[in-house]
Amino acid sequence: MPEWKREIREALAGAKLETDAAREEAVVEELEQDLAERYEELVRNGAAEQDARRMLSEELRDARFLAGLRPPLERRQEPAVPGLGRQERFLAGLSRDVRLGARLLRKNPVFALVAILSLTLGIGANTAIFELLDAVLLRTLPVAAPEQLAEVRVNHAGRIGSTVARQQDFSSAQWKEVETQQQGFSEIAAWSTQGFNLGRGGEARYAKGLWVSGDFFQVLRLQPELGRLLTKSDDYKGCGVEGAVISDGFWQREFGGRADAIGKTLSLNGQPFQVIGVTPASFSGLEAGFNFDVAVPLCSEPTVQGDQSWTAGATTWWLAVIGRLKPGWTAERAAVQLNAVAPGIFAATLPAEYDAAAREKYLKFTFRVLPAGTGVSELRASYAAPLFVLLGISGLVLLIACANLANLMLARASAREREMALRVTLGASRGRLIQQMLVESLLLSAIGAAGGAVLAQALSRLLIGFISSEDNPIFLPLSADWRVLLFTTALGVLTCLLCGIAPALQAARSDPGYAMKGGGRGSTAGRRGLALRRGLVVSQVALSLVLLVAALLFVQTFRNLVSVNAGLQQDGVLVADFDFSPLKMPVGRRPEYKRELLARVRAVPGVDDAAEAINVPMTGNSWNRFIDIPEKGVHRRIIDFNTVSDQFFRTLEVPLLAGRDFEESDTPNSPRVAIVNERFAQEILGGSNPIGVTFRVTRGKPEERVYQIVGLVGNTKYRDVREDFQPIIFLAESQDAEPDPDSTFVVRSGESAASLIGALKEMAERTSPEIVLNFGVLRTSVLRGLARERLMATLSGFYGGLAATLAMVGLYGIVSFMVVRRRNEIGIRMAMGAGRTRILRMILREGMVLLGAGLVIGVILVLAAGNAARAMLFGVKANDAASLGLGVGALAVAAVCASLIPAARATGVQPVEVLRED
Amino acid sequence: MRVKGFARELKKGSAELLILSLLEQRARHGYEISKLIEQRSEGVLQFNVASFYPLLYRLEERGFIEGRWVEKAGQRRRRYYRVTAEGRAVLKEHRSAWANFVGAVNRITGEEHA
Repeated sequence: MPEWKREIREALAGAKLETDAAREEAVVEELEQDLAERYEELVRNGAAEQDARRMLSEELRDARFLAGLRPPLERRQEPAVPGLGRQERFLAGLSRDVRLGARLLRKNPVFALVAILSLTLGIGANTAIFELLDAVLLRTLPVAAPEQLAEVRVNHAGRIGSTVARQQDFSSAQWKEVETQQQGFSEIAAWSTQGFNLGRGGEARYAKGLWVSGDFFQVLRLQPELGRLLTKSDDYKGCGVEGAVISDGFWQREFGGRADAIGKTLSLNGQPFQVIGVTPASFSGLEAGFNFDVAVPLCSEPTVQGDQSWTAGATTWWLAVIGRLKPGWTAERAAVQLNAVAPGIFAATLPAEYDAAAREKYLKFTFRVLPAGTGVSELRASYAAPLFVLLGISGLVLLIACANLANLMLARASAREREMALRVTLGASRGRLIQQMLVESLLLSAIGAAGGAVLAQALSRLLIGFISSEDNPIFLPLSADWRVLLFTTALGVLTCLLCGIAPALQAARSDPGYAMKGGGRGSTAGRRGLALRRGLVVSQVALSLVLLVAALLFVQTFRNLVSVNAGLQQDGVLVADFDFSPLKMPVGRRPEYKRELLARVRAVPGVDDAAEAINVPMTGNSWNRFIDIPEKGVHRRIIDFNTVSDQFFRTLEVPLLAGRDFEESDTPNSPRVAIVNERFAQEILGGSNPIGVTFRVTRGKPEERVYQIVGLVGNTKYRDVREDFQPIIFLAESQDAEPDPDSTFVVRSGESAASLIGALKEMAERTSPEIVLNFGVLRTSVLRGLARERLMATLSGFYGGLAATLAMVGLYGIVSFMVVRRRNEIGIRMAMGAGRTRILRMILREGMVLLGAGLVIGVILVLAAGNAARAMLFGVKANDAASLGLGVGALAVAAVCASLIPAARATGVQPVEVLRED
Repeated sequence: MRVKGFARELKKGSAELLILSLLEQRARHGYEISKLIEQRSEGVLQFNVASFYPLLYRLEERGFIEGRWVEKAGQRRRRYYRVTAEGRAVLKEHRSAWANFVGAVNRITGEEHA
């Protein structure tokens, strides 16, 4: 067999082909195979080996062969533009493109700045909100095998009793039964939360406390960072006050992270607990949004809370239950098992004071078991929907920013049409041009995404500041985990495609012939790009109308809530809580002591009015009971109650419409009296005069109290400002013979809150230094309750404004571009005698057509999207005509302004100059 | 001599059409293409290495076909060519142009013989 390879190489060397070695080697290999096969065939067909060889060798030296090879082989070796060579694959010449892109950005700093800034803002805003969503909704607990965790909940329709903590499912008795009768969990624990006062007297300083049953840390499989964690042996009946476990954060804060913290004593609500261990830094509690400082065993609760203990209450719902499922058990199976034993559990824990109807309901309660790998959170319920809406809104803003950028890049692509045409002429493939344009937008979006990721860290903390408050601090461990990184990266890629694809496709359509022509006027590619750009502006206008209307609706909601007529004076009212339980006063002495305290508060200089109330209105607390009024046919109506002292209505400026206020003469021994509000008179008594009417309250089983209505007052909000006025019954504080060792005063004063607090503190100090004090300003507390609405109003307002601005920039850009493009036409028209007004009208019409189309689509979108926000609005409809009108009007005015500037420029065109340019 | 020259011109003119047609259904390597041309034309059309490869490379360079190395188990790797989308379009044009041309020629030359 002849050495074909050597022969081919010699032949090619003789021809002196200027091609690269790899290509030449490939040709050698291919020809060698062909020649070998031909040779074999010739020999097979009877040719002599030498003849066959000579024949083929001659072919190789054929001058036409070498001449024919030259063009295809040589042309590809040094492409005029990278990527021309067909063997150069996808992404060939990438680094060259990146360098070129960076150079172009440096050459256009204003474009680069605008582009990067808008992408940074857009991506940052999206990432920040996503980070919050991630922390609230998606992140799993930092414990071993979180997917095995499940929480047990009670289906308790029509339950009667009291809730005292954020955890509201189980009473102590129920928990004990569940603990012994469940089978699906290898470990199960109950827990609750409470603020513990760390100080002794004076203004309270609270630690976030966890009540935990013995197995709590075993359920979570947590290992102590220091010392030991609580175990079953720490949680036994009558344990009194023993050990406490503290969180890593608390350890750092209170003990400076020193090892000798173990064994130190902590005063929690005046009880001395010994620190026995520290939890790992990664663990901040079970609730997304709330961390903890100190965990103490459930069995200590009766000792700490004394006669207000929750453990003994058969109708006090204060515990949550979480467990680790046994291998092979699912949440569903555990629920089935629990519900099989549910009738026994509820029969064994039936509250003695329930009447027949309440018993019947109670015995029908069931359990459900839910996966708890991501912990449990109330924040989820209240913030999931707003966060998703905000994510949607910020997504739209990013979309508008992308449209603007795409527009800018399209304009640049038009300006670079000759460059692109030249590249095509020089042999660049279309794919290559698309790649180059995409690399440019990728560069922009990569910088934008990086900036956005950094910005998001600050923004998300700002957002938490928004929904956090002093008495309800939100703790979210924000860190950029893989989900956040993935989200940001995806946003970056998406924006790259959104901004880059249109200009890239336009560039790819470049007509090579264009490069040869001289002028830059009236090219077809330009017209095609223009249609695209106009489409982009129309969609920008439509989307920004949606965002503007959303912003108007949320701002209005917030304003409505703030200015809503709550029926009482919110300004200048201080809420002061005096906890005198450390005085260990006998129950019988408390009424007198409370009266005395109230008198002292009223005597403080600067105090206009003061009164006591069990529930301060609109701070979220509630208390209700069933009442009966047989003569009015009212049976077992559930009504909200409050207990207040005399002058409560005067202090909060609630009008007394009929009858009288409570008086000194209303004592535990005098006939029981009550005051009702207007709503009660209308709804319960059918609008008749309530004064003199008596009603019965079914409290405990044996106790049935009869009250006579002595006064009628105006309506006030009860739990929060969002609700409608409800019927309320006010009872007299002075008739309570066994009050709690705690007084909450509402104090109205013209003094500043700070000086009033100082004066009250001084008074308390003089009365008894052991009293624990807490202050709040009513207006501020109410506003804090509106954190969600404030968040929505502020952010949607900001985003709405941003969106409108971006859209107007887009509109301005396109009208300006049209003016430039039609300069010749305008010049000719003017030369032919068209007046300035006519030119102005012509250009304005261009902008107005785009605006009109955008607004029509926008209105349709607003009407369609209204449902998504309905639940978050207050006092305003989702399809509120005024907001829609205002949004349309604002955009229209802005659009006229945005097109007027370039239109005015158009009228300044000098016909002579334009014609001379030709 | 004169007839031989005419045949060569015909071959040159139709070579692209032949290669593209053979690659239309599936990818083939160079030797296979030239063998198929020879077999199917019953020896009338023959390409040697010198005439065939420049043609093939030119088609590739113009983007009508693309070659790529394929390895099959137990064999040496070979370069297989397939028609690109652009090549398909060109093939379609060539084909109808050829049919028109042949038809026109037949109409004239056929009449002469009739």
